[in-house]
Amino acid sequence: MSEHEITFENVSKFYGDVLGVNRVNLSIPPGITSLVGPNGSGKTTLMNLMTGLLRPTEGRIRVLGVAPDQPERLFQFTGYCMQFDSFPRGMTGYQFIYSYLRLHGKPHEEVESLTWSAIERVKLTDAAHRKIAGYSKGMRQRIKLAQAIAHAPRVLVLDEPLNGLDPLVRAETIALFRSLAEEGLHVIISSHILHEVDAISDQVVLLSSGYVVAEGQIHGVRTEVEEHPMQILIRCTRPSALASRIFELDTVVEARLHNDGKGLLVRTRDPDRFYLMLNRLVVDGVDLESVAPADDDVLSVYEYLIGPDGGSI
Amino acid sequence: MNRASWNLWRAQVAAILRLEIKKNFLARRGIWIYLLALAPAVLMWVHAAMNLRDHRVCDLGRDNLIFATMFQFFYLRLAVFFGCVGVFLNLFRGEMLEKSLHYYLLTPVRREVLLAGKYLAGVITTSVIFSAGTALTLAAILIHVPRATASQYLFAGGGVGHIVAYLGTTILACIGYGGVFLLMGFLFRNPVIPAALVLIWESANPFLPALLKKLSVIFYLQSLSPISVPAQGDFAFLAILGEPAPAYLAVTGLLLVACVCLWFAARKVRQLEINYGTE
Repeated sequence: MSEHEITFENVSKFYGDVLGVNRVNLSIPPGITSLVGPNGSGKTTLMNLMTGLLRPTEGRIRVLGVAPDQPERLFQFTGYCMQFDSFPRGMTGYQFIYSYLRLHGKPHEEVESLTWSAIERVKLTDAAHRKIAGYSKGMRQRIKLAQAIAHAPRVLVLDEPLNGLDPLVRAETIALFRSLAEEGLHVIISSHILHEVDAISDQVVLLSSGYVVAEGQIHGVRTEVEEHPMQILIRCTRPSALASRIFELDTVVEARLHNDGKGLLVRTRDPDRFYLMLNRLVVDGVDLESVAPADDDVLSVYEYLIGPDGGSI
Repeated sequence: MNRASWNLWRAQVAAILRLEIKKNFLARRGIWIYLLALAPAVLMWVHAAMNLRDHRVCDLGRDNLIFATMFQFFYLRLAVFFGCVGVFLNLFRGEMLEKSLHYYLLTPVRREVLLAGKYLAGVITTSVIFSAGTALTLAAILIHVPRATASQYLFAGGGVGHIVAYLGTTILACIGYGGVFLLMGFLFRNPVIPAALVLIWESANPFLPALLKKLSVIFYLQSLSPISVPAQGDFAFLAILGEPAPAYLAVTGLLLVACVCLWFAARKVRQLEINYGTE
């Protein structure tokens, strides 16, 4: 199993007396996994641990079966785009990717081909021979991304990869992540932008103060947050009439009219049963337009588990 | 170690050299290293130019002695020493400060191979710069000597041997000090401290007991210098060498010092963590 997953077994990392992460047990399957948490929650520490840039104080990490302290094996199939906006001096975008690809020991022709392929994938062909120092923030972010994907990795670790990208490029980059995940890659992303995390993630890992607060598919994580009943938005005509019937259900803990008066917000501890019962409750003269969870997303889960003031988000 | 691994490491070291040598030679912060390396050459060329202008005949013996003194007491002890501080301490530490070391550590290169590649790049850079400085200084001496005297010195008076010995000693100095400062770069965050400590240790060499003398780079380098500086004048106290090591032992000793430093540095690089926030 661990040959196909990234596993953390009881991993702790301390910087002297300061806690980085504590007793982390994780198993990350292929697809897009987002690490979510406030500043200092341990997202970057986890990424640095799985790429061997940090060593765990305790515990064991395996990336597709390989220990991170074996870079000669790990980085054959792993790419990491760090958050730091720094580059070796004086290099053009092309030189930057080409030079570090040569460290894989591949011949010039193959490296040249891989370099151009990566540059084209992030749409920087025209700027390839310009110095990176003259790039915009978004271009620097993209050339870092190109460097991380240039050797066609199976594991791609991206620390705040959407920082500095304008909306159009951001959308293109997210589409790139999706296509990489569909190719079977493990794409691990940390991001502060929760609605984007929500849109692209197959699973999330919520971190707070060095601890993993929750992990898994977002719906599963939301279901486990029992102290906050699920909120469901029902768009309908005559919402007050529907509200009076809904209160007959024992699974409903709250029902209130939506601010615009055209719907009903219901809180229930058993959403599956509620959906089953809903059709029977609909009274004459009430037309249902839509029924959808209102807080089955990363933002809500984040607020419930970590709190709205959990950092700079 | 099989043939495939060896070929891979060779290709990786070559790739590291391509990156590092260009960076080392063209670094703006390294201009002072060129100045240090060329300072004796500039002095000697001015001296030669003045002699030529005034039609004075050069005293080859005296100029050789001046060069030997300058080579032992300025070039090896200060110029090559601080040049190696500037290059080798920054091989890893400099990139940590610039937050760009991770690009190396995120490639499929064994950390020891990375260390070897960077060290080799440092040795090549410093050897080229300081050997060029040595060669230019020697050229300045020979340029204003009558051709017959120069030929006599070079081919019958051991001149070629002297030149080879000076260049060889310069390269060995880069190898020895390079190893020491590469290791110091892992042990200390502030380069001033290790540089000062090693400088004090190397300067105290003439006064150390025989056994401790052998734990320094300058002991072996002075043993290799082709012309010994007489123990008189301002530098007399530095010239007291005691019993110099034979050449084969001096070369072996220097290489051994470098190897021991590299072995410890390899252990450190294996444990190296990237935590730019604390740098």
